[in-house]
Amino acid sequence: MKFTMTVSPDFSPDYIAGWYIFNTWLQKQTNESIHLELYNSFEKQREDIKAGKIDLIYANPYDASMLIRDKGFVAIAAPDNKSDEAMICVNNESDYHCVEDLKEKCNIATADDPEVSTIGMIMLEPADLNAENITVLEQKNYVMVAKHLINGSADAGFFLKEAYDDMSKFIKSQVRPIVTSQISVIKHSFLVGPSFFENSGINESDFKELLTTMHENMKGLSTLESMGFSLWNEQSQEDAEFMIDLMDTFVS
Amino acid sequence: MSKVTINYYDKTSEDREVLDEEVPFPEGKLIVSRTDVEGNITHCNQAFIEMSGFTENELIGRPHYILRHPDMPAAAFGDLWNTINTKTKWSGYVKNLRKDGKFYWVYAVVVANVREGKLVGFASVRRKPSRTKINECIDLYKTMLAEEKS
Repeated sequence: MKFTMTVSPDFSPDYIAGWYIFNTWLQKQTNESIHLELYNSFEKQREDIKAGKIDLIYANPYDASMLIRDKGFVAIAAPDNKSDEAMICVNNESDYHCVEDLKEKCNIATADDPEVSTIGMIMLEPADLNAENITVLEQKNYVMVAKHLINGSADAGFFLKEAYDDMSKFIKSQVRPIVTSQISVIKHSFLVGPSFFENSGINESDFKELLTTMHENMKGLSTLESMGFSLWNEQSQEDAEFMIDLMDTFVS
Repeated sequence: MSKVTINYYDKTSEDREVLDEEVPFPEGKLIVSRTDVEGNITHCNQAFIEMSGFTENELIGRPHYILRHPDMPAAAFGDLWNTINTKTKWSGYVKNLRKDGKFYWVYAVVVANVREGKLVGFASVRRKPSRTKINECIDLYKTMLAEEKS
């Protein structure tokens, strides 16, 4: 049987090759045929998840809720020291120095990233800003968000911290963060669907062992590094459930 | 500084020092805790420890009302418990009392932790509140407290 693995579309483009290397490594370790399907859009990926086309996924916390609670996916592991944090940034020349400086009817540029948008909106709350009294300018990616800040068409923009950190010095010299989340417990995780365990020769415990020890040999370690990770930490189902509970508090 | 007797819902009470000094909510952080179904703290994050002024050992196993400020009306917490016991999400603005007597305002969201259909506890996430909303609550809670005392 051929299985399909996918990655949350918010991964850094720098690591596309790394995910293909990981897929090759995983096929060798499991002796299973796994196709890597990458998506540009969260919406299209969700359609395929709902249609039962995905067996393994590196999921963002936003989608983990649906995958675990509705689709019976199991949490396997999360990369070490890689929590998902969001930033609100402004043009470096602007007079905005804290969230409370932003006022009603301001323009907020966002990328198509539901998790970052959710955390970003929470960080706007102290300024009495919400979806009803701001204008959201949704962009294809974070470079476009930065562009709107630089040309002055947006007052502020939401960024995944990792995406901001990966931007060029030129962009970062013109775009300044005014607040950064420090949530630390919200993170992407690797999930496996029930069809994989039913139809492959590997069980949950062995899969966890496989990922959490892969940094112990040179091939595994170099594969991890190609994805920007140092190692996988085991994630229990309760760890994932608790993270989902926390995400639930973000949604009104 | 003044000593105030705080009466809790379980009929216990405690004399606590109360200072009229606010500690600002840390930018970008979330205060996270979990309790069992009775409301005893089972987990708290570093932001909770820092803002409450208690040590982790002092918090784990204690009722969450250890943070209750005397300016908070009992009805607010009654509403919280009535809501979350039906496994429904509760949210509201809360003035918390620190160990050193100072206070901090939060916007709190509490959800039930349900595992395999069974209620096993609650998770509470507190985030930075709007000053406008705090000012509204200061007036509202004063009125509610006055009604409770009359």
